[in-house]
Amino acid sequence: MSKPILATASLAGCFGCHMSLLDIDERILELIELVDFNKSPINDIKKFTRPCDIGLIEGGCCNNDNVHVLKDFRKHCKILVSVGECAIMGGLPALRNGLPVSDCLEEAYLNGPSTKDENPEGIMPNDVELPILLDKVYPCHEVVKMDYYLPGCPPDAELLWGALTALIKGNELELPYEVIKYD
Amino acid sequence: MNDPVINIIEKYNKDYTRLMDILIDVQDEAGCVNEDAVHKIADAIGISVVDVEQTLSFYHFFSSEPRGKYTVYLNNSAVAIMMGRDMIAGAFEQEAGCSFNSVTGDGLIGLFDTACIGMNDQEPAAIINNEIFPRLTTKKVRQIVKGMREGRPVEELRGNDFGDGANSHELVRSLVRNNIKRKGPVLEDGYKVGSVIREHLTNMSPREVIKTIKKSNIRGRGGAGFPTGMKWDFCRRAEGDQKYIFCNADEGEPGTFKDRVILTEAPGLIIEGMVIAAYAVGASEGLLYVRHEYKYLVKYLNKVMDEMRAGNLLGKNIAGIDGFDFDVRIQLGAGAYVCGEESALIESAEGKRGEPRDRPPFPVQKGYLEKPTVVNNVETLCLAVKILKNGAAWFRDQGTEDSTGTKILSVSGDCREAGVYEVTWGFTVNDVLKTVDAEQVQAVQVGGPSGALIGPDEFDRVLCYSDLSTGGSIMIFDENRDLLKDVVLNFMEFFIEESCGSCSTCRILPVLMKQKMEKILEGHGTEQDIKDIKEWARPLEHSRCGLGHTAANPILTSIKNLRNLYERKVKKDVEFDTGFDLHKAIREGSDAVGRIPIAH
Repeated sequence: MSKPILATASLAGCFGCHMSLLDIDERILELIELVDFNKSPINDIKKFTRPCDIGLIEGGCCNNDNVHVLKDFRKHCKILVSVGECAIMGGLPALRNGLPVSDCLEEAYLNGPSTKDENPEGIMPNDVELPILLDKVYPCHEVVKMDYYLPGCPPDAELLWGALTALIKGNELELPYEVIKYD
Repeated sequence: MNDPVINIIEKYNKDYTRLMDILIDVQDEAGCVNEDAVHKIADAIGISVVDVEQTLSFYHFFSSEPRGKYTVYLNNSAVAIMMGRDMIAGAFEQEAGCSFNSVTGDGLIGLFDTACIGMNDQEPAAIINNEIFPRLTTKKVRQIVKGMREGRPVEELRGNDFGDGANSHELVRSLVRNNIKRKGPVLEDGYKVGSVIREHLTNMSPREVIKTIKKSNIRGRGGAGFPTGMKWDFCRRAEGDQKYIFCNADEGEPGTFKDRVILTEAPGLIIEGMVIAAYAVGASEGLLYVRHEYKYLVKYLNKVMDEMRAGNLLGKNIAGIDGFDFDVRIQLGAGAYVCGEESALIESAEGKRGEPRDRPPFPVQKGYLEKPTVVNNVETLCLAVKILKNGAAWFRDQGTEDSTGTKILSVSGDCREAGVYEVTWGFTVNDVLKTVDAEQVQAVQVGGPSGALIGPDEFDRVLCYSDLSTGGSIMIFDENRDLLKDVVLNFMEFFIEESCGSCSTCRILPVLMKQKMEKILEGHGTEQDIKDIKEWARPLEHSRCGLGHTAANPILTSIKNLRNLYERKVKKDVEFDTGFDLHKAIREGSDAVGRIPIAH
């Protein structure tokens, strides 16, 4: 039997959830015995080369590229998992959701302490190559269907490991109190 | 000292339980209750500033900012919109030069939305500086705004085309029409107020009164249908040196206006009912809680009570019954649907936010100022008078097994004869439609938004407590109406607006359900969305009061009874659709940097 295929992506997140995945330490060797990796920043594969079984998504959607990547994952992955606060709720990036996009851009490029004297022409980044900001930061499930949610900021490495091995082996996920308490 | 705010506070003896009256008077006097006034009130009546602010911010007709020399409150309920409210709103905005929920730059005119004002049979209608302007047309709006610009008093803007009956009374002088289409025991002509007190009450013991009321099997006419005799008996048995009789005239259920007609045409009967209840339970004070929308009736109601005092029907030793002292005062609301719930109404009368209380203890045990209190609907009290007059058997012989007697219906919407009908319980929906001359009816909302929306398959259902229970609101929608968008969504917005916010269930779930509903209306709905809505409604049962319990009813009953409306809108070929619209989502970001909004 061929090994299940795993893909991962970080959208509007901080890569902290991916770092937490690395916190499984030496079990990463066990992991590569259990799964093959496809598109993922961990192996730097940029494009899907085949259908996958499990997709892990870190971060919500703050621009159209995030939406594009997320939809691509939905198309290629049988099971899609929202990993961490940002994917599930929008997280820290969603703090801008109460403000108009123009306010955020002006603060960043015109009025911010590091830009206000450096950008006399008041240039906004508008190259066609750049992604366009969305009106707000969307959690993943407001864009595509998500199958599972792993909470945490970041989710504990034990939770990620437990969830992955449960998914791969088809076991029920065990959730001891220690891995889902956040206080 | 000639500070109007201080004068008002002193008028109410610096009594913190009269905070509602103080705020109403200050709002009327100054056009708002500003920070300065809040501090003065808090200091003078001895409560904290936040206690004043929380009451102030709870009610729709209070504001901390000025709302204009002329303040227009235009009804935005479903039937108002059907009768052309949006055109009237547009005319107001165009003529006044400001949009709704704002005030013109010169502070002259403020335009505000408001929930049903009890004029469904004469919409579109607005309240301007406490005067009612029913049956508005764009032409009238132009005249009104022109008059405002000329600084005319609101009575002049209103004109003199007064309505029938007591609407033309010198203390009312309103354009409102009664539209009484069928009379019964409450609205019948020829009854002399006080005759039951004089001829029957004087010969009965309080126990006999309760026994008669119990025998008649009358149940509360506000909608919940609690047996009135039992309520009185509980209060009579409750321990307390002081007991209160409250009349609930806070008729806020969209689509009902029968209490307004009773207040106009039979106010004496209401007070007489309160006197009888007071005699039965041993109460010495009464309170008639009138919704702010009916403020135009207050002077008249006070005069009616003065006449009753002069006739020894209120006051000391009423009708010569030795030691039976009872008097009534009017308490105005200030715009809050939830205050129709009896414990919220009591909170409001005590000067607080209209948040329902935890029960038990029930109001009959611990109500107003912690004393045993009976809260009865206007119509219930009127019927109690006629039960004593004609006997319990007379009442029980009318209606059905579990719903005895008569019920006043407020019928509005798509029919030729909107108005008030006093019928016996057991009337079917079909009977109603025939009586009011309605054709090509698509659906009927029975009992207001908290009741049920039913389709033609169920028009043979019976109006009674065990089938279609109703506080009297009947709204009719013909085949041209978009039920989901114009009716169900409107009702959901109403519940969201009127939630007191105390229970998280009622504060959050109706918003989520409305979003689902909008998603379905935009064509992104799936079968799963309908299932989700039904599932999400269940936790609402754990809310503290009836508003929370029934907030999902517009959606739930329309899914149950008119499911095809939903089936037509949901996608059949997809299991899941988040409704995410990329093109809409990138518009703002593209505009902000000057890019063409193209994304794939």
